[in-house]
Amino acid sequence: MMRIEPREAPGRLLTLGVPVLSALVALALAAIPLMLAGAPVFAAYGEMARGVFGSLFAFSEVLTRTTPLIFTGLAAALAFRAKLWNIGAEGQLYLGAMAAVAVGAGALDVPGWVLMPLIVVLGAAAGAAGMMVPAVLKTRFGADEVVTTLLLNFIVLIFVQMMLEGPLKDPMGLGWPQSAPILDQGMLPQLIPRMRVHAGLILALVLAAVAQFMLARSVWGFRLRAVGENAHAARHAGIGVNRTMLSVAAVSGGLAGLAGVSEVAGLKGYLTADLSPGFGYTGIVVAMLAGLSPAGVVVSALFIAGVFVGADSMSRAMGVSSYLADLVVSMALLSVLVGGFFARYRLRLGPERPPGRGPGQASGKEQGHG
Amino acid sequence: MADIVQILLSESFWAASLRIATPLIFGVLGALMCERSGVLNLGIEGIFVAGAMAGWMAVWLGAGLWGGVVVAALTGACFGLIHAVLTVPLGLSQHVSGLGVTLFATSASYFAYRTALPNVSSPPRIEPFRALDIPVLSDLPVLGPVLFQQTALTWLALILVGIVWYVLERTPLGVAIKAVGDNPDSADAQGLSVQGLRIGAVVAGSALMALGGAFLTMSAFDAFFFGMVNGRGWICIALVIFASWRPGKALAGALLFGAFDALQVRLQTQVGALVPGQLFLMAPYVLSIIALVVAARRAEYPRALLKPWFKGQR
Repeated sequence: MMRIEPREAPGRLLTLGVPVLSALVALALAAIPLMLAGAPVFAAYGEMARGVFGSLFAFSEVLTRTTPLIFTGLAAALAFRAKLWNIGAEGQLYLGAMAAVAVGAGALDVPGWVLMPLIVVLGAAAGAAGMMVPAVLKTRFGADEVVTTLLLNFIVLIFVQMMLEGPLKDPMGLGWPQSAPILDQGMLPQLIPRMRVHAGLILALVLAAVAQFMLARSVWGFRLRAVGENAHAARHAGIGVNRTMLSVAAVSGGLAGLAGVSEVAGLKGYLTADLSPGFGYTGIVVAMLAGLSPAGVVVSALFIAGVFVGADSMSRAMGVSSYLADLVVSMALLSVLVGGFFARYRLRLGPERPPGRGPGQASGKEQGHG
Repeated sequence: MADIVQILLSESFWAASLRIATPLIFGVLGALMCERSGVLNLGIEGIFVAGAMAGWMAVWLGAGLWGGVVVAALTGACFGLIHAVLTVPLGLSQHVSGLGVTLFATSASYFAYRTALPNVSSPPRIEPFRALDIPVLSDLPVLGPVLFQQTALTWLALILVGIVWYVLERTPLGVAIKAVGDNPDSADAQGLSVQGLRIGAVVAGSALMALGGAFLTMSAFDAFFFGMVNGRGWICIALVIFASWRPGKALAGALLFGAFDALQVRLQTQVGALVPGQLFLMAPYVLSIIALVVAARRAEYPRALLKPWFKGQR
């Protein structure tokens, strides 16, 4: 008879080891699609490694990719900690990017020290506003935020297309549906000459540190965790559950909005409807791999960015579809889920013990209906 | 106003409504089946993509149309099994597992498509399901064009509504599925296998979802495109709540949705010059959110939805 037992205390090694192991398992599993695609497996891994570590430029590209993923990863990590299922980071990212070009692409010709912060603040505000809609629909009407945030992603993307063919369209853009470029003084500065990595990375790292501190040490962080762990008990303890939810929604949406700001004002310079290759959704994987810890988000964003950049370069060299990266990322999510289970429980072979603590309590506690 | 009345009176409008509703009928039935047993399946969007891709590719490789339908359903069942194993015996977060399955199924489908067809500019076409055109019946006024000139997959969807309703409401199996979704402890006390029933319901429901995807590539269109599912899975999740987890209401909800969508397409051609076309494109998603908000207050979720269950624990 096989049974499942909780571990007494999942040690530090296990909590850190599981995500690392899951990431490695996902990378190793990529061998299967590589073989199916008929590519030489070891050479393909070699190409991927070269694409990530091969040169300073290669690694700077990884850092460039890491930047938006830290923002969307933080957005998901904070929201999920409070059991607020914000799956709408993709849409909030576009709202932030839209606000950035609306104010930054010539509407205001002011010095950079005014324009740059203005773009950042307005972009975050737009993302926050975007998340307030589903959050209010949840707290006021009880509409499930999973579905509303998912649907809003589609609505926002169509709205972006509408704006890019209307008010935000670049008159000099030769008819392409793209916005006018952000004024030079409004662009986030580059960190290394002739490389694309930009100050958005610094902002992302600072915010990750702030989020880590706030979550662990502040009253707001305490409320957030209390609501996430047990909304019922939190309400009894006098915590305003809805107020906390709304504030988490604003912060989460704002962070996702900053991903859009950083892509448009740090990298691309102008807005198109294909600004994000799913950074919002990938942020969920980043957050889960990080065990919903803001500090961990930085590390897992780096890993995921490496997978994307490495797979891109492998794809160019060997003609294997770059969807391999998405495949690895999704497998990393599934394996970290399973790994998290084995960090908390162990399988024992032997006779059944009298019913005691099993997976029910611990995982049940985490699942309270959202 | 006169325009709208004219549209509502036209046979082609009602035929289009049913056509647009068909993938949603499959999807809502599948999602309903999973949720009735207590498992939310957010893998639906990816399972739609996988069903669309696998069904189409099977036909393209020469399996025949019905062969493609079977392949699509089996593909959906496989992805459903992943979600079932993660959420039922392992009891992991249904939200995260479902999203993981969506990402996995979507990227696996795209990767497989790109690997099979590395350098095609226009997607290869298959010979899709044809309208049935049943003699005599399809010549009936109104009913003929609306009902009897649809493809076999639309008919399959309508028949499945009846089957799912019958199984859930009239058979011991249905009672058992609903019991594990509402009160697993008492279901267990009656000797039912809670985990077995949940796994079965999720696998069967996922197979149904995949048929919704297959309809897209094998009946609505004749090829596979990236992004062709376009949120239909998420719309189904909203419609299940709107339909209070009942197959009959699910059919009504999907038809209502199809009618609105068909209406907006026709209005678009009439007032297209006055309003940006994107407003019409947003309509299905806005409509789903409105439906969700309207239904949320009185929604009676299956009581054990999202709650993992393990033997020997209360």
